[in-house]
Amino acid sequence: MWSKRVKLGLAALLMTGVLAGCGQTENNSAGGNEGTTKKEETYSGTISLAGSTALQPLAEEAANAFMEKYPDVSITVQGGGSGTGVNQVAAGAVQIGNSDVPAAEKLDDKSKASELVDHKVAGIAFAIVVNDDVKVDNLTTKQIQDIFSGKIKNWKEVGGPDEAIHVINRPASSGTRATFEKTIMKDVKINDSIGTVQDSNGAVEQAISSTPGAVSYVAMSYLIGEKKNLKTVKIDGAEPTVENIRTEKYPFWSYEYMITKGEAKEEVRAFIDFVKSEEFAPTVKKMGYIPMTELE
Amino acid sequence: MTARMIDKVWTGIFYAVAAAVIGLLIFFFAVVLSKGAGFWQPEFLFGRPSNTQAGGGIGPQLINSFYMLVVTLLLSVPLSLGAGIYLAEYAKQGRIVGFIRLCLETMASLPSIVVGLFGLLAFVTLTGWGYTLLGGALAVTIINLPGLTRICETAILDVPSNIKEGSLALGATRWQTLVKAVLPAAIPQIVTGVILSAGRIFGEAAVFIYTAGLTTPMLRWDADWGSQANPLNVFRPAETLTVHIWKLNSEGIVPDAKLIAAKSAAVLMVAVLLFNLAARLASSLLARYFSGGRRARRGRGERSKAA
Amino acid sequence: MQQMHTKRRNRWLEEYIGRTFAVICGWLIVLITVTMIIFLAVKGIQSFTDSGLSLSDMLLSAQWDPNGTPPKYGALIFIVGSMLVSLGALLISAPIALALAIFMNFIAPKWFVSLLKPVLELLVGIPSVVYGWLGVTILVPLLREWFGGSGFSLLAGIIVLSMMILPTITSIAADALANVPMAYMEASYGLGSTRWQAISRVIVPAAKAGIATGVVLGLARAFGEALAVQMVIGNTIKLPSGLDSPTATLTSVLTMDMANTINGTPWNNALWTLALMLLLISFFFIAVIRLVGPRKER
Repeated sequence: MWSKRVKLGLAALLMTGVLAGCGQTENNSAGGNEGTTKKEETYSGTISLAGSTALQPLAEEAANAFMEKYPDVSITVQGGGSGTGVNQVAAGAVQIGNSDVPAAEKLDDKSKASELVDHKVAGIAFAIVVNDDVKVDNLTTKQIQDIFSGKIKNWKEVGGPDEAIHVINRPASSGTRATFEKTIMKDVKINDSIGTVQDSNGAVEQAISSTPGAVSYVAMSYLIGEKKNLKTVKIDGAEPTVENIRTEKYPFWSYEYMITKGEAKEEVRAFIDFVKSEEFAPTVKKMGYIPMTELE
Repeated sequence: MTARMIDKVWTGIFYAVAAAVIGLLIFFFAVVLSKGAGFWQPEFLFGRPSNTQAGGGIGPQLINSFYMLVVTLLLSVPLSLGAGIYLAEYAKQGRIVGFIRLCLETMASLPSIVVGLFGLLAFVTLTGWGYTLLGGALAVTIINLPGLTRICETAILDVPSNIKEGSLALGATRWQTLVKAVLPAAIPQIVTGVILSAGRIFGEAAVFIYTAGLTTPMLRWDADWGSQANPLNVFRPAETLTVHIWKLNSEGIVPDAKLIAAKSAAVLMVAVLLFNLAARLASSLLARYFSGGRRARRGRGERSKAA
Repeated sequence: MQQMHTKRRNRWLEEYIGRTFAVICGWLIVLITVTMIIFLAVKGIQSFTDSGLSLSDMLLSAQWDPNGTPPKYGALIFIVGSMLVSLGALLISAPIALALAIFMNFIAPKWFVSLLKPVLELLVGIPSVVYGWLGVTILVPLLREWFGGSGFSLLAGIIVLSMMILPTITSIAADALANVPMAYMEASYGLGSTRWQAISRVIVPAAKAGIATGVVLGLARAFGEALAVQMVIGNTIKLPSGLDSPTATLTSVLTMDMANTINGTPWNNALWTLALMLLLISFFFIAVIRLVGPRKER
C-alpha cells in the first residue's frame, strides 16, 4: 500500500527535478516521505487557501476533486489577490497562499521570503486580445512594445485599418501585468497615461468587446468559453498553444504558485501534489491552464 | 413674464424632474430584469454553482446572503438600539453626544474597502477564524451601525414628549418609561429603518470579499454543528450573492458567467424591492398595532390646517 | 409589603441594567471608531516612518510609479481625480435634489410624494456593484458614441456618482425644508407673492444651513464610493484633460492595488496612506458640516 505513496512521492520528486530549471525550493514538497509512509493512503484535516483570483477556479476544482477522494479532508479556497495570498500564508492564517508570482518577487523583506516555499502547480498562458474590428492577426514583440509604450497610436501602422488604438492595461500590482512586462515588454516601460486600466480579466474582456480598436491581454483560462467581439492575436507568428510554449516559440506565459510556510503538513503536501498530478491533468487542461505534466 | 407665469414654469420643471427620477428608476429595473431574465427559475435560485459548466445556480449564495443578513441584524440591532437609547435618553446633551455623533459620522464615512481590510486583519487573521460568516457579519456591522443608530435615536426622539412625561409622572423609572411607553411608540419607525438598512447589508460586496470569503463549503443540512458543511454554522466561509456577482464579472471562467451575473443582479434588485415593500407593510401594520404612538411625520398639511 | 419591596428593587435593578447596556452600546461606538482610526493612522503613517517617503512628494507630485526604479508615490492625480469626480457629481445632483425636496414639500400632491419616497429609497438600496454594471453596459457605450474615445471617463464617473448621492442630498434637504416654520410661507403668501416667490426667496434661504449639510454629506459619500466609480472612470494614471478623459481616484487605486500588494512594502504602505487621506478628508467634511449646519438640531 505504502509503496504506491513512495512512487507518487518519487514521481513528484522526479517532476520537480525536471522542473527545477527555475531553481525554486521545490524539493521541500517531497521532503517528508518518511511521514507519509507510516500512514495509509488517507488524509484528514482542513486546508485553507487564499490569494490569486487567476488560480482560484482551478484550486476550487482541485479541492472538490480532492475532497471527493478523501472525504475526511475539508478544503476552502478564497480569493483576495496574490498579495493577500502571500500575506495570509506568511501570517499563518492559511496553509496555502495562491500567487501569480513567486513569493520573493512580492516581498521586500528577504528574510521573510526565505520562510516561504513556492510550489509551481500549473502553467498559465496569456494572449494578446483585440476588438474584432481590428483586422490584424499577428503582432511582433516589438510592435506590442511600441503599442503599449505609446509609440504606435494607430492600427494602420501595424497593417490594420485606419483606427486609433485603445490600450487597456491591468493595474500595476496585477500578476498578469507583471508577466506581460516580464515576457513581452522586457525593458520597455508601459505608458500608464494612455488608454485605460481595468481591474480584472472580466472587466478587460467587457471593455475590449465593447471598445472599437481596443487591445489588451488576458489569461487563456478566461478565453475558454465563447467570447463575443474579441479575438486573440498571434505573437511573432506563434499561437498560444502548449506546444509553442514548450518549444519556447510563445513567450507570454507563466507558472501559478501555491506557497506554503516552511515545511507543509502532509495533507497540504498531498493536495499540492494532487494538483500537479497526472490524474488531475485533464481537468487542468479543460479549464484552460497548462498541466505541470505537459511542461517538462 | 409675470410672476405668475414664472411660478407656472417652475412648477412644470419640478414635475419634470420628479418624473425623470421615477423614470430613471423604472429604466434601471427594466434593464436589470430584462438582462437577467429567467432568474426566477427554481433550478437557478436553488441550484448548485459550477466552475466549469454552464447552467449553474446560486443556491448556496442565496442562503449565505440571507443568513448573513440575519446574523448581522442580530448583532447590529441590539447594539444600535442601545446606542440610540443612550444618545436620546441618557447621554448628557452637549459635549458627549457631540463626540459620539462625531464618531458615528466618521464611521459612516469610512470607505467599505477600508472596513473590509480592517476586518481581514481583525476578524480573519487576528482571531484565527479564517474567512467566516461571523467575521463578515461583524465587519458589516461596523458599516451598518451608524445608520441604524441614527434611525433608533431619531425614532425615540420623535416620540411625543407627552407620552414620556405621562409615564414618568405616574412614577415609572426612566427605563420602564422607555420600554413600556416610548419604544412601542417608536417601533414602527425603527422597524422600517431596520428593514431598509437590511437591503443595504444585502447589497454590500467589498467588505465580504475580505472577511466572509469567496467560496462556500458543500452545504448539507444533516451535517453536525461543528462541521463547516452545516449551513447554520457561523464559523464557515460564506460567499454572498453580491460577492458572487463581483467574482463572476471579474474572474469568472464559467462559460455563462455574464448571464449568471446578470441574473444574480436581477435577484438582488428584486430582493431590494421586496425589502422596501416589507418595510412599508411592516410600518403600516405596526403603526396600527401601536396605534396613536406615531407622530405623523409628513403632517404639514394637517398642521397648517390646524394653525 | 415584602412583595412591593422586591418589586421596587427589581425596578431599580432593571433601570440600572438597562442604563448600563445603553451606556455600553454608546461607548462601544466610540471604541470601534477610535480603534479604526488608530488602525488606519498606524498603517498610514508607515509610509513615512518605515518606507521613508516624503509627505510633500506624496501630496504634490503627480508621479505614481510603484514599479519604477526608483519607485514614485505621488498621489496628486488621485486626489485631484477624487475631487473632480465628487464635485462634478455634486453639480449635477445638488440642483436636482433641491428641486425634488422642494417638490415633495410644497408642490406635489400627496399621492405623488408617496410614490417618490419609495423611489428614492430604492435608489439608495441598489447595490453599488449594480450601479457600476449599469454604468459599464449602458452609460460607457453611450458616451463613446457621443464623445468618441473609449467612453471610460471622468464624465461617466460623475454621472454614476450623481445618481448614487441624489437620494442622500434629497432626503436631508427635504427634512431641512420641512423644518422651516409654516408661518414663513403663509406670511409670504400674505404679502401677495406666488408659490415660487415664496419658495425661492423665503423658504430656501431659511433652510440654507440644512441644505448645505445635505450637500456636504453627499460630497462625503461621493468621495468614499469605490466600486462603481472604479468600474467606469478608466483608472488611467494621469490628470484628466477634459470631461471625456479617463482618470483615477483615491478609492479606485485602493480597490485595484490593495489586495495585490504585500503588508510592509512601501507600495502597500503608500496605499494605506491614501486610505488615511480618505479618512482625513471625511473629517474635513464633517468639520464643514458642523460649521455650516444648523446650530441646534433639536
